[in-house]
Amino acid sequence: MAKTATRAAPVQAVPKSPTGIQGLDEITGGGLPRGRPTLVCGGPGCGKTILAMEFLINGAKEFDEPGVFLSFEESLDDLAINFASLGLDPRPLAARKKLALDYVRVEPTEIQETGGYDLDGLFIRLDHAIDSVGAKRVVLDTIETLFSGLSDTRTLRSELRRLFNWLRTKGVTAIVTGERGDGRLTRHGLEEYITDCVILLDHRVVDQNATRRLRVVKYRGSTHGANESPFFIDESGLSVLPIASLGLQHRVTPGRLSTGVSDLDDMLGSKGYFRGSSILISGSAGTGKTSLAGHFAGAACGRRESALYFAFEESAAQIVRNLRSIGLDLEPWLRKGLLQIHAARPTTSGLEGHLSAMHRLIEEKKPRVVVVDPISNLISVGTSLEVKAMLARLIDFMKVKETTALFTSLTIDDAHPEGTDIGISSFMDTWVVLRNIEMNGERTRTLDVVKSRGMAHSNQVREFVLTSDGLKMFDVVRHDGRVLIGSERAAHASAPAASRRSSKRAPRP
Amino acid sequence: MKAKPRRKKKTDPEFFDLRLYVAGQTARSIAALANLQRICDEHLEGRYHLEVIDLLERPQLAQGDQIVALPTLVRKLPEPIRKLVGDLSDTERALVGLDLRPRATSR
Repeated sequence: MAKTATRAAPVQAVPKSPTGIQGLDEITGGGLPRGRPTLVCGGPGCGKTILAMEFLINGAKEFDEPGVFLSFEESLDDLAINFASLGLDPRPLAARKKLALDYVRVEPTEIQETGGYDLDGLFIRLDHAIDSVGAKRVVLDTIETLFSGLSDTRTLRSELRRLFNWLRTKGVTAIVTGERGDGRLTRHGLEEYITDCVILLDHRVVDQNATRRLRVVKYRGSTHGANESPFFIDESGLSVLPIASLGLQHRVTPGRLSTGVSDLDDMLGSKGYFRGSSILISGSAGTGKTSLAGHFAGAACGRRESALYFAFEESAAQIVRNLRSIGLDLEPWLRKGLLQIHAARPTTSGLEGHLSAMHRLIEEKKPRVVVVDPISNLISVGTSLEVKAMLARLIDFMKVKETTALFTSLTIDDAHPEGTDIGISSFMDTWVVLRNIEMNGERTRTLDVVKSRGMAHSNQVREFVLTSDGLKMFDVVRHDGRVLIGSERAAHASAPAASRRSSKRAPRP
Repeated sequence: MKAKPRRKKKTDPEFFDLRLYVAGQTARSIAALANLQRICDEHLEGRYHLEVIDLLERPQLAQGDQIVALPTLVRKLPEPIRKLVGDLSDTERALVGLDLRPRATSR
């Protein structure tokens, strides 16, 4: 007995209510504090109401926890219309008694205060709504509007304190939203009363691009991610992208798949990339990154595997036309639907927008291989820290799905491709560097495998050309202890073997 | 042919339709009712109807009249609707709120 007692001793973690919002449950380690109010604050249009509504709808749909939404700002009709466009229409759930919605309107022009009062009316309404559906979750959005309707702030403050305590005794998990105030989290200091959990949302514009951020400011009795995490809102609701990744727990497969270039397959232990791995192809302009990406996508389609190609530089038609010039015809795969090309300018939407689109498409189409061409262009919509975080997230996401992903990256400085300003190579399992070396009045393309985790790979720098029959590599030609490339190699290869030997042994002056 | 504007029986501009919302027999609700009774006796003799609604018994009625604070007196008629929040101990403000006394001009 004593034994079991000591074993049960570890401190009981705070029980949590999952929000069902992608990413948020990860940051909070399982959701919001169960049976307690959480403050969600931020400026206008930051997504407070959406987060709150999604918490309720997910609760009712997925966790069998009915909810109450008390709106102080929007009428129920407005609310329903606004949320229907986000796929979060509360009305069907309300009809099935899984949600209770109430609009609390306090119109200062028709109110006259004539003496002492309390907020029992609000308590009774809330209590009635909770009982009507057996609610386990409650949202108060945005309760601070009461301060604009009623003037006795002392009464309001003490009543709100009483309300939050009452919610705790009711044992409902609540979200209370608050508008960001001057120099503090909320205008009327709700953070003084709600101390269990505080989440701050932020909507800012950086270089003309709107970005949304979420941060758990405080979570009593629980560890939580303290970073700001990007989040986005699209037609399927809100998703948070924790800077910390999904973790490194995905399964790995020993399976391999072709790069689409047999010579490159040979360089990678004769078998090509690992399935489910991530591959970086970096190089300066015109080194053949898209060609290599095209070979990879084409090879996947040739195996009847679906491929998804995100193009941030060229249109789909342009990619198809250009690849045709090296003997790669993607048209049939496009027509069959095996290959899908999604082309968009990076600046068309914020980083969140791209992320959401990519996540959604990958989720929806379930491709076996994904190409992002080029990832470096996304820097134009986000700072590199964000791109890095986003990339880590995307890579983990695909690894979990055992999707092989190939990213191209444009490097500015040919001599130091490692200095790619995103510094993303550590996320990558295989890194192929393409160079365009200018020497002796000619340009020569070379390719080398900088790294490829978990396989014996070639360390040689190989020369290649883009022919009308695809990417072709030349055999390595050594001379005088160095590797010859370009016309030097060609000259050397065409010279008769005898002269080659003699030149090698020619006495030095 | 123009339709006549619809008129209700109680559109007598002098008639007051009042609802007092309370929650149980608290000191505040008793005070509110007493204060209201006095105002009605003095100013609305014979031209008002008063209904007292205890929300503890009929909580579903709180939504319709947008009741948040208690006690609240709602003047349904004459229009426009007015809401008097509090125990009506400030008679001056109560009379102003019921439009029984002109609103104070700037002093």
